[in-house]
Order: sequence, then C-alpha cells, then structure tokens
Amino acid sequence: MNGSRAATLTLAWRLAAPFRMEGFPLIPTAILVTVALVAIFADALAPYNPELGTLGDRFRPPAWEAGGSDKYLLGTDHLGRDVLSRLMFGARVSMIVGFTAVIVAGVIGTVLGIVSGYHGRWVDQVIMRLTDTWLALPALTFAIFLAAIVGPSVGNLIVILAAAYWTRYARVIRGEVLSVKERDFVRLAVVAGCSKWTIMRRHILPNVINSAIVLGTLQLGVVIVTEAALSFLGVGVPPPQPAWGLMLADGKKGMMAGYWWLTVLPGSCIMLMVLSANLLGDWLRVKFDPQLRQL
Amino acid sequence: MSGPLLEVRHLSTHYVSARGTRVTRAVDDVSLTLGEGETLGIVGESGSGKTTLAVSLLRLLPPAGRIVSGEIRFEGDDLLRKSNAEMRRIRGKRIAMILQDPMASLNPLFTVGDQVAEPLRVHEGASRGSAWSRALDLLKAVRISAPEMRVREYPHQMSGGMRQRIVGAIAISCEPRLLIADEPTTSLDLTIQAQYLNLLRDLQRAHNLALIFITHNLGIVAKMCDQVAVMYGGRLVESGPIAQIYNAPAHPYTRALLESIPRLADSRKRLTAIDGQPPDPAALPGGCAFHPRCPKVMDRCRVEAPPESMVATSHTSRCWLS
Amino acid sequence: MAGPVLEARNLVKHFPVRRGIFARERAAVRAVDDISFAIEPGKTLGLVGESGCGKTTTAKLVLLLEQPTGGVMRFQGQDLQALDGGRLREYRRSVQAVFQDPFASLNPRMRVSSIIAEPLVTNESLPSAEVRKRVLRLLELVGLPERSADLFPHEFSGGQRQRIAIARALALSPKVVVLDEPVSALDVSIRAQILNLLRDLQAQLGLSYLFIAHDLAAVAHMSHTIAVMYLGKIVEVGDADTVAKAPKHPYTQALFSAALPSHPDERREEIVLAGEVPSPLSPPSGCHFHPRCPQAMERCAAEEPKLLPESGRDVACHLYTGVTVAWRSSPSGGGR
Repeated sequence: MNGSRAATLTLAWRLAAPFRMEGFPLIPTAILVTVALVAIFADALAPYNPELGTLGDRFRPPAWEAGGSDKYLLGTDHLGRDVLSRLMFGARVSMIVGFTAVIVAGVIGTVLGIVSGYHGRWVDQVIMRLTDTWLALPALTFAIFLAAIVGPSVGNLIVILAAAYWTRYARVIRGEVLSVKERDFVRLAVVAGCSKWTIMRRHILPNVINSAIVLGTLQLGVVIVTEAALSFLGVGVPPPQPAWGLMLADGKKGMMAGYWWLTVLPGSCIMLMVLSANLLGDWLRVKFDPQLRQL
Repeated sequence: MSGPLLEVRHLSTHYVSARGTRVTRAVDDVSLTLGEGETLGIVGESGSGKTTLAVSLLRLLPPAGRIVSGEIRFEGDDLLRKSNAEMRRIRGKRIAMILQDPMASLNPLFTVGDQVAEPLRVHEGASRGSAWSRALDLLKAVRISAPEMRVREYPHQMSGGMRQRIVGAIAISCEPRLLIADEPTTSLDLTIQAQYLNLLRDLQRAHNLALIFITHNLGIVAKMCDQVAVMYGGRLVESGPIAQIYNAPAHPYTRALLESIPRLADSRKRLTAIDGQPPDPAALPGGCAFHPRCPKVMDRCRVEAPPESMVATSHTSRCWLS
Repeated sequence: MAGPVLEARNLVKHFPVRRGIFARERAAVRAVDDISFAIEPGKTLGLVGESGCGKTTTAKLVLLLEQPTGGVMRFQGQDLQALDGGRLREYRRSVQAVFQDPFASLNPRMRVSSIIAEPLVTNESLPSAEVRKRVLRLLELVGLPERSADLFPHEFSGGQRQRIAIARALALSPKVVVLDEPVSALDVSIRAQILNLLRDLQAQLGLSYLFIAHDLAAVAHMSHTIAVMYLGKIVEVGDADTVAKAPKHPYTQALFSAALPSHPDERREEIVLAGEVPSPLSPPSGCHFHPRCPQAMERCAAEEPKLLPESGRDVACHLYTGVTVAWRSSPSGGGR
C-alpha cells in the first residue's frame, strides 16, 4: 500500500469537498474497507511473521530506494522485521481496538444520554453531573493513568478507550433527545398510552441514532490516534504485537539515521485511517438526515 | 409621474440546481401593473411562486435563482438593467420590504432606535442626532406607546405585534413609494393583526404608498386590496380588480378557492373542497398546471398551457374556458 | 348516553416560576384559571382565543399531558382523579389528538402502518393480521390508498400526513378527539378537504371534538358550541351561531370584529382594542380584560365577573349582571 501517494489524493479530495457534497466518498470508504480486509486476512496476505525478525536484515529500506529489494517491499525495522507485515497486522489491532472501543463507548454514552434526556429531573441531574466530572478529566492522561494501573493488553485498551470517550456521546445525545422529546409525535405516543421505555426505544432512539453514528465515525479517528499514542508511550498494545503507534515509537530512534520509512509509513497509515473515517462521518451526517444538516 | 408606478412584463425566474441539471420555473411569464398608492394582493399557496416573485422585484434572489427574461419597470426604469450599486440605493429607500417573522428581521444586538435610524443614516446620510429624533417620530407614526422608552429597548423586550410595527417603521423611514409585505401578519394574533392592517392602511393614505401583499390569506386580500393577482404553479392564472375577482372569478382555481373557505356568515354550509394538492414547482404537470385538480378540465388543458386572455376590463385569466 | 362525555369543573393549571435562587415569593403563570366546560357526545366544542389565553394548556390537560393544579375533570361521569390504572388507560384510549404540524406529528423513522397501528399495539394484544386489517380500514376511512401503509411519512404531502394523523387518532375508536389547529399548517386549497373529512367522521362515528383554531370562520363552521378564552378564563360560551353572530362579551365582540372578511364588500364594525395582551404572570385585577375593554366600568377593576347566563349563552361580564352599583355614579356602562 503506497501510503504517501494515497494520502496526497485524499487531501486533494478533502479540499474539493464543497463541490462534492452529494457524492459518495468513494476513496475514503475504499480505504477503510481495504484496511478492514487487510486486517481480517493479514494472516494470508502478510509475507512474513510480524514478530520475528532476521537480525541480518535490519534497517533495509523500501524496495524503490537504493539498497532495497523485493524481498522486503517496505523495508525492515531495527529487529529485521518486515514493515509491510507489521503494518498489516497493526491494522488488525487498530481496527479491532478502534471499532470496539467506539461501539462500546457509543452504547454506554447513547443509553445514558437517552435516559438522562428523556427522564429529566433527578436522573438527568445525576447523569449529567457524572458526565461533567468525567469530562473534566483529560482523556489522554486518564487513559495513560488507567493503562499504567491495569497493565497493557488489547482488552484493557478497549475498556480504557471506551471509558475515556463515552462522555461525548452522552452530552450530544442528551441534547438531541431534549429537542426530539418535544416533537409532536412523541407527545402523541404518550397520548396513545405508550410507556416511557417504549417511547425511548421506539421513538427517541431511532431519531438520535444518526447523531450517534456520525459521532462514532468521527470519534474513530480520535480513538485510533489515542491508541497509537498509548502504544507509542508504551502503555498500549504490548510488544512484540505490532501496532502502528508502537512502530512509530520504535521508528523514532531511527529517524536521525535517515530511516524515514519506519515512522513515515505507520504515521501515514494512521493519518489515512483517521482522514477516511472523518470524511465518511461527514458524508453520513449529511446523507442520513438532510433536515439536521447543522449537527 | 405618468404611467404606472410598477410595471412587470413577462417576468420569468428560474432556480437552477447545483449541477445545472434541474431547472425549476418558479415564476413563469408574469405580468402585472400597479399604480401609485394602490394595493395589490398576490395570492398563492406553497409552491405558487409568490415569494419568488416578491424577491425578484427587489433582485434579492439566492445564488441558485436567475431572472431569465422580462422587465420590471419601476417609475419608468427597468430594474433589471440596474447595477448592484443602483439597486442598493433603491432598496430600502424607494422600495421597501417587510417579511413574515419580525424576530428574524431585527438584529437582537442593536436597540430599536438604532435599527430604525439605520436606513436614514445609510440612504440620506443623516447625522446620529437627527436620525435618532426622526426614529422617535417614526415610532410614533407606527403607534408604539411610550416611544421615548422603547427607542432604547431591544427587540426581545417587545411583543410580536410591536416588533412587526418596528419593522414597519424601518420600512417607511425613507418614505418609499412601494412597500412589499410578504405574509406580514401570519405570526400575529387576530386583534393585533387587525390593528396592524389598519396601521398599514393609514400609513398608505398618509404617504401615498403603494402596497403589495404577498399572502395565502384571502381575508387580507378582501380587506386591504384594490387589485388581486392569483398565482398557481409559477403562473399568474387570474388578475384583476378585487370586485371582479370576488364576484365573477374567471379561473376555476380562483373560483374553487373562494368556495372552499369557511365564512362566518353561513358557517354551517358544507365546504366545497378541491381535490389533490398544489403542485411541486420542480415537477409541474404539463399543459395547464391546474388541470389535475380542475373540475372543468378538458383534453386541451392537459397538453397546452393557456395564454393570458382578457375577460373584462383589466381582468385577465389563463384558462381555455375564457 | 345522557350527559356530557367530558366535563371540566373549575379547572386550574398554574406553572410556578421561580424568581432567583433564593426568592421566597413564587410567582405563577396562571395558564388556566378556573374554567368549566362540557363536551357533548357527537358534538364539537370550539375553543378560541389569542396567545396566552390558555387554550393549548387546556388541550394538554384534557390529554393528561399536564396535571391540573386544581379542579375536577370528569369522563363519562367519573372523576379522573379517582381513576386507577385500568380506568386511566381506558381514558387514554378514549381521548386522542391531532396536532397542528403534520410534519412533526409522525415519526419519520416509522412506516405509516406502524404509526397508525401504534395505539392498537400498545393497548391491545391483537394478532398482526388483525392489526393490519384495521390499519387498512382506517386508511380507507381517511381517504388514503392501501399502499400508503408501507410508505414513510416523507413520501406524503402535508394534507396526506394530516390524514394519517387522523387515522392514527381513530385507531382505538376514541370518544373524544382533541384537534389543535388541525388545518392551520396546511395549504388553503386543502383545508376544506380535511375539514370536510373531520365532519364526515364525526357524523359517521359519533365523535366529539375539542376544536382549537385561530381561524374564527373555521371554528364557527366546525363547532356546535364555542368557548372564548382570555388570560386563562372563559369569558363567553354558548351555541356557536349565537356566540359568533351576536357576541355579548366585549372581548368576543372585538375578536369577531377583527376576523378578516370573506368578501371585500363585507364591512364590519371594527372594534380596535388598545394595548397588548397582558402577561399571564400578573393578570389585571378583577376582570382580566378591563384595562383594554372599551366598556369598562369602576366595578370591573375590583370584582371578577362570574360566568352567568345571558340571552342564550354564558357570559362573564359586569355589563350583564343586572345589579347596578349605585354607590358610584358610573359613566355610560350600565347595560345594553
């Protein structure tokens, strides 16, 4: 996967966005789908085991550079591990952690937002004060703190990220719920005799889920970057499991020596994922609810 | 001044979609005339093109809108040939407009006095002091109680009726010849509406102001207007003096509309409803736009759009029946 | 069935307004201030008034969307307060509503069949085939084609959506339907269709309506009885024709004189009221209308008039109470 060229194209697409509002974001979605497929089929696609390196082949540059070869298309790192294979398996981590964390955070935040917004009164107060307090914690620092306590692992990482980011959902969804519940069809459901829970499920949820989905797609980028940051700092995915953030950390050491591919390539992957997720989320926002264009 | 104050000839305004693929004929070949001090009511439902027509007169169309043909002669000059700078001098000074929602027309951050004085300062270069005192006079003219106090207040401190009067004061501040009012009373209560319409009528008489009412409410037309123009599907389907329109409507739409409105006089009588709904301007029926709903439809109506024909003096109609 | 289907006696609804965090004095918006009315089976009670008069709050009280602060509501002779869960549900099934905005009344994410069926599904356990049958029957009743059932609200025009809203309101065969500005948001050429439909349904199904609208002619057209509200009080109530053609209360007179004519030759004696509608937070003393009333007397500022019979309807006005206050030489006022 040629990181830098695709990155430039996506950037051009983004700049041309105002002229393309109605168009389906083909490239971003293709990128996300490709990354997902690569993550799923990494075992079959990756030429090498990402965790085993040949010490004799350390710091090989990518194939198109002088000194590179077709043996290692994107070069090798400081332990002689194939960068391409590590990127592919790293995609798996990013996708799993990214999607799962976003979904878990989304579910928690949305449910709390709906209950808080619809019930009102003391329930609303309690949940909102909880959200406020939680929001006051800087997400990244909080994540690092938790990671340092519970120790690095993919499972822990998902929980930590979900814990750090659910509050945004709760706030946004609650705001939506406050306006949806004033709409006539909700009043009419009350008049028809529906219970509070039925109304929340049948009327409120479907009308706020769009916001949740859009928020989720936009959060995906943030979560992936946070995961990368955590891995970079050594409290994320434990080595030798490949993760893009970890690869950045490792590659940092080689930058002064000119081994640019060890940072630029994983960095480009992160950037591509985040950009694609954001573009898709942007398009979804417009597509799903044209009336609510000003989300 | 010889000749009518406003003469619109064969005006057509289209909206073009972002990619240039879809063209909506919002206003299609509309012609009308208005003399000094007269009141014209432009009646239509949603999608009829009446608001587009109003906006076209002042050349305030959004970027997607284009006046594709016709003339708008105001005091003898064709407005469509004027430059942007010239139009700016006309708007607010010679032709003023009032919109439906007074809260949206007023800036919440400025006092009422500032806003009423603004056109005076912009168009007539009045000094702060003189503009302010004229603003006070204008507030008195629109019958705002305790104007000395009100002048320093902000829009949100006033009721809907008062705000609409402020908007009126701004509109007449530079003594325009023509005032276009687009649904000015839709958001007002009945008794407030009555006060406001009376005010408009008095102002009209005092300043020899010509009024154009854009409305869907035939009651306003019956109360205030000398002339009526009925719009449907972007076209002017009937126009003429008010007595003619109400006593002898020539177009089936006008007739059906008048018959479908409940009256206080014989309130229990069953209403005669019109089938179907007003057409979407982006997807107008072929031929006469009203044909799917017309009780007197003929084969010709489905295919050919009728031209304007004279039914009586100053009374025109677009219908194959006339 | 004898007696009104829905009755309200001395109904009160105050909304407390707190001034500041530590204020001891709690002001209240007296949205509905001691009103009484009755809706007869198969008949329409029209409610008119301007903003702040309390008609929307009254509708909410009838629909149990708000709880009254005082007074009594009776449904088919039974006190609503005394109703337990079961009877309360019975009430809910019997009193339904159609609101003003056809675009906000229908859940955009639900198909029309689910929307119409919702009251049925919530209140009764019927097999889905039976539910479907009833939905189709209701669609037919309101003049919509069968295939409407599987479509979404956005595929319909305003008038059609209002029909869907009506079909839904009728799903449980209610006794009373609250119509809050049912045609105000519709195009003029469609209003007659919906009004005719509502009248036909009333005749066919014996429905009672609480009809709220600001268009006086429409109210007069649809109603058998008209009640006029001002600042939370009913100032005049009686047979629709009587109230509309020969109103007795000065406010009613002003209101009907402000109605727009239906013909340019129609000339009405214009009664222009001074001032604005006062805030419901601090209504004037005595008769709430006295500061604006062209026929106000001394008494009006001091004493609140009671709703008493006069010439075939009930009016709350000192002009008609018959007892002339002799201790003050009053100006014209007197009687009519």
